[in-house]
Amino acid sequence: MGRLEGSHILHGHKGRVWNVAWHPEGHLLASCGEDKTIRIWGRDGQKWVCKTCLSDGHSRTIRAVSWSACGKFLASASFDGTTSVWTYTKGDYDCIMSLEGHENEVKSSAWSHSGQYFATCGRDKTVWVWEVAEDNEYECAAVLFNHAQDVKKVAWQPGRDILASCSYDDSIKMFREDGTEWVQCANLTSHTSTVWSIAFNGSGDRMASSSDDLTVKIWQEYPPGNAQGIETPDNIPAWKCVCTLSGYHSRTVYDISWCPLSGRIATACGDDKIRVFQESPESDHDAPTFELEGTADGHTQDVNAVAWNPKEVGLLASASDDGTVRLWCAK
Amino acid sequence: MSCACACASGPSTENSQEVPARGCCQDEIKPSATKSGCCQDNSDGKFDSKGIYELIRNIMDPEHPLTLEALNVVNEADVKVYNEREVMVLFTPTIPHCSMATMIGLAIRVRLLRTLPPTFKVTVRISPGTHVSEHPINKQLADKERVAAAMENRNLLAVIEQCLTFEEDSDVHYDKPASCGNPDGISATTSNSVS
Repeated sequence: MGRLEGSHILHGHKGRVWNVAWHPEGHLLASCGEDKTIRIWGRDGQKWVCKTCLSDGHSRTIRAVSWSACGKFLASASFDGTTSVWTYTKGDYDCIMSLEGHENEVKSSAWSHSGQYFATCGRDKTVWVWEVAEDNEYECAAVLFNHAQDVKKVAWQPGRDILASCSYDDSIKMFREDGTEWVQCANLTSHTSTVWSIAFNGSGDRMASSSDDLTVKIWQEYPPGNAQGIETPDNIPAWKCVCTLSGYHSRTVYDISWCPLSGRIATACGDDKIRVFQESPESDHDAPTFELEGTADGHTQDVNAVAWNPKEVGLLASASDDGTVRLWCAK
Repeated sequence: MSCACACASGPSTENSQEVPARGCCQDEIKPSATKSGCCQDNSDGKFDSKGIYELIRNIMDPEHPLTLEALNVVNEADVKVYNEREVMVLFTPTIPHCSMATMIGLAIRVRLLRTLPPTFKVTVRISPGTHVSEHPINKQLADKERVAAAMENRNLLAVIEQCLTFEEDSDVHYDKPASCGNPDGISATTSNSVS
């Protein structure tokens, strides 16, 4: 325990790599960056190689990539204001959809775990919820104007169609479907600067957030009738910050990933380091403690993204301003 | 493979989860920060505050045919180097309502991003108390995503390039581009500060 070993360095992108995302089966890794390309990496024997480079989808930086839960679709969110949906057919990835609507940069996208919904967010301060029809048609179900500044990331709660978003306005907000409308059901405001990323744990009852305020916060869901007596107005689950990790990160924490297999939390930081935290064995459920399990400093510039492999315990991917994607093994 | 580092040494405080911040220049930007100890000899290839000031003092103001040095927007005492690669530049807008403050900050940041080694950490901020929108502008300048988006905005980039033209040709006549009003890529608060 406690070691994070570099296992592979993946070269190919030119310039800053913004994001990485694992295929739900864990055998493919997608990455994207300022070179306006998406690269899809896979194993070739002991090595990891670039299987495909998609270079004709966007006219500006590609900020983020995400896979659908079924693994059939890949989405790319771009500064060009569009989100593209790709699917693998006949040996190649085809762009089957270009979603327009945001006024300018799109910064993140995510499918709900049910596959029924898709969300995007961007600098125009909006979060868009799209309904995915059976014929792969995407219909805008809601445009949410709740944030006061640009929205950095969207993520769906596992097991439920609850959407979370985080923003330059320092807040995290959650949304649920109410009849035909999407309404805000949580507003989490204890960060003191931009919240760059959020990640749910495997069961969805906790969420971690990372911020420009140099902290990581752990939030816990309290459903109606919870034993702790936390109030849940209108029978809507309440979210409480139960732990703040401060003093570990010396610059902005750009991304966070919560491993559904091991419970480890990895962070990507502007101090070029990746850190891995694990809940202490004696941790109290309602006031948990997390310990720094390991630090990796192979990247030579800001680390922008981290992602735990969903199938292989301890396999972590990272993306950096240094132009590389790296794979790490947490032992 | 390369560069695998492991350190399981972490803080083990139970409840507060606090450890002292390390080497964070955001903690050290108080105006009272001393100049001593932050200057490296330039002869060994390292950048000191004097060398970094040389890189920015000739940047042209977006609105006037004068350099930032001539306008007292930048000065050497407000350039700091920490830990050999953390650069902090404070600049002072000519007036507290200067609508071009974000643009000036961007120009300084872009100049340093282009000329310093990529491993450097560059922070550009407004001198405390010298602009009405100090906090929002500092926040924008610190957000590398917004800076990156701004640099993909052709109109905005044209203005920045004008500010930086001294690099190529110091005799070039300064022509103000038609569209330099509200920078698209990094807007939101700049328009509030137009006097």
